[in-house]
Amino acid sequence: MRTLLENLKERFPLGPITEQRPDLVFVTVERSGLRPLLAHLRDREGFTHLVLLTAVDWIEENLFQLTYLVHDRRRGRDIGLRVLVPRDAAEMETIHDLWPTAATYQRELREMFGIGFPGSPRVDEEFILEGWVDLPPYRRDFDTKAFAEEAFAHRPGRETHDPATHMRERLTAQGRAK
Amino acid sequence: MQQDDVVEPRVPVKDELKKRTVKGPDGFEFEVDPIHDYYCDARPEVRPGSYLKIVEDLFNWARSESLWILGFGTGCGAIEMRPLMTPRFDAYRYGIQWRPTPRQANLFVISGYLSVKTLKRVIRSYEQMQNPKYVVGLGSCTVNGGMYWDSYNTIKKLDEYLPVDVYVTGCMPRPEALLAGFEELKRIIRAGKGEGANLYAKNFDWYKANQKRVIHDWDMPDYNW
Repeated sequence: MRTLLENLKERFPLGPITEQRPDLVFVTVERSGLRPLLAHLRDREGFTHLVLLTAVDWIEENLFQLTYLVHDRRRGRDIGLRVLVPRDAAEMETIHDLWPTAATYQRELREMFGIGFPGSPRVDEEFILEGWVDLPPYRRDFDTKAFAEEAFAHRPGRETHDPATHMRERLTAQGRAK
Repeated sequence: MQQDDVVEPRVPVKDELKKRTVKGPDGFEFEVDPIHDYYCDARPEVRPGSYLKIVEDLFNWARSESLWILGFGTGCGAIEMRPLMTPRFDAYRYGIQWRPTPRQANLFVISGYLSVKTLKRVIRSYEQMQNPKYVVGLGSCTVNGGMYWDSYNTIKKLDEYLPVDVYVTGCMPRPEALLAGFEELKRIIRAGKGEGANLYAKNFDWYKANQKRVIHDWDMPDYNW
């Protein structure tokens, strides 16, 4: 892994590196530098498998973090590439020509986070939700609870207990005496 | 129950469902209106009972002894159906069996959480079932949302959208609880109170308004018999 990182550092501008495990490293890269790096990893270094493509909503920094996790099956190691894109006008280059499976991830991200991937096949079609008219539901400024309360009929009489307090009150003598 | 205004769909209808002119392979041009051509969307009617109470009682006894369930698993609760229909719990000895199509079924078991997307299919299937028909809400999700009470995509109160005869609570209820629920449903039917289909026909506008409030891409006829 060390030699691979040294190797990559020479060829590509890499951001901060987090070594999670000996066989798992996360690297932050620039938006424009992602594609050549992914192509290099896939074709030269043996990272042939795109494990996942997912997003994190850093609402405080006004950023979306996209994570591309690729896996080298032969040597049993993973690299996660992190790309930060601005939250407003969130858009990213599509990689469906490198891995066709990425198209599905990109459709999901488009629907759930509202991140655009122009050129990706069927990316603007509905994926899981049907007839969704609100904010993309995985964005952190989308208030799920308020939405559910407003959209769906509600039956009164529901109680919620904190499990720890509830069991303590039921199981201990002081709790039962109360 | 109050009457609400009919809610217009907030999402435009898909292109393939729009009314349009199609040219056939033989050169004929004809108009196609997919939503209205293939369905009878006449409103459901209230079915009057028999003229004699004793006859109606006989009918109700017969109905209660042959509950045919539509094999439609909406959520995780559908997993409880497998032990029920196989020898361990063997619901068939109670006159309960599973059928593959809505036309052959008269009992709809809403098994577990119901997302908005599934609700659309459930409504279509329910409306295609023959009268008299019954609905059992299975699991806490159908009662008040259960663990999905704050979900953006799951309805919380089933009887807003369909007339429910019996609720079986639990997360998940055991097959024994379901059998008890079916016995309860049988009692209700024998007492002549299993009037879900008539309730649906009577309050049709109210049910439709509720359904259209959550289903934004309403692209089907109002009643697809």
